[in-house]
Amino acid sequence: MPDIRDASIVARNSDAKLVMRPVSPHLGIYRWPITMVASILNRATGIALSVGSLLLVWWLVAAASGPQPFAAVQGFVASPLGLLMLLGWTASLFYHFFGGIRHLVWDAGHGLQKTDLNWVTYVILALTLAATILVWLVGYLSVAV
Amino acid sequence: MGAAQKPTVTSPGITVMRSQLGRVRGTGAAHAGSHHWKAERVTAIALVPLTVWFVVAVLAHLGADQQSMAAWAGRPWNAALLLALIAMNFHHMHLGLQVVYEDYIHTIPRREAAILATKGACLLLGLLAAVAVLKLAVMAH
Repeated sequence: MPDIRDASIVARNSDAKLVMRPVSPHLGIYRWPITMVASILNRATGIALSVGSLLLVWWLVAAASGPQPFAAVQGFVASPLGLLMLLGWTASLFYHFFGGIRHLVWDAGHGLQKTDLNWVTYVILALTLAATILVWLVGYLSVAV
Repeated sequence: MGAAQKPTVTSPGITVMRSQLGRVRGTGAAHAGSHHWKAERVTAIALVPLTVWFVVAVLAHLGADQQSMAAWAGRPWNAALLLALIAMNFHHMHLGLQVVYEDYIHTIPRREAAILATKGACLLLGLLAAVAVLKLAVMAH
């Protein structure tokens, strides 16, 4: 027992031999179930939206400050980096939105069966994709026209 | 065990050794109870309609200049909804980020520093955005 922490997983088998009990494998061992992807995405999009909130603050402060600061925000948003951030922000918003609603449904005690967990995740991913494309299409058409 | 603290029998063979007072207080071992969990949910529920409104509003004003944007944000209903969105967003944000820190930062002083810094930043950013909206609402004509 080189590590004191091993004490918690050392046991005797039916032949009274000391054995290491099986432990839960680490993250790298798993085939990624779709539910794991969904969970990680919910957290990742939450962090992304936190960063995106800075854009909301900047935008509001600029609108309250005058035409020049506002034009600076508009200019940034229309730049390639700004558009990329906005795309990420939109997709994150919709994923976190639909995923969050699913969390509320879970909290009410519904949809926790394994089969439901799997297909609902695909529905949420599809809804995220559809809503993102729809918003950008509407946005593109309203600016282009 | 006195009469006031009868063990609660939930099912045959299982006895909950928790006092009725403890059950009523519902604060658990951390003495903080479910406040964080509930606040995260309540802000999430509020953010559902607010987000839909905000996305639709932004789409309707794409490419608008500062004057029309300021006039839009300054209208009472829009300003009120923007303030609600700001409050709910930043409250939800610091609650969510706190859980991320609690999961991944294992040194307590570092974790607490990160949580406090985030709460402070969320408070300041929220106030900043709120002041901007209030300015537009008050100066609108």
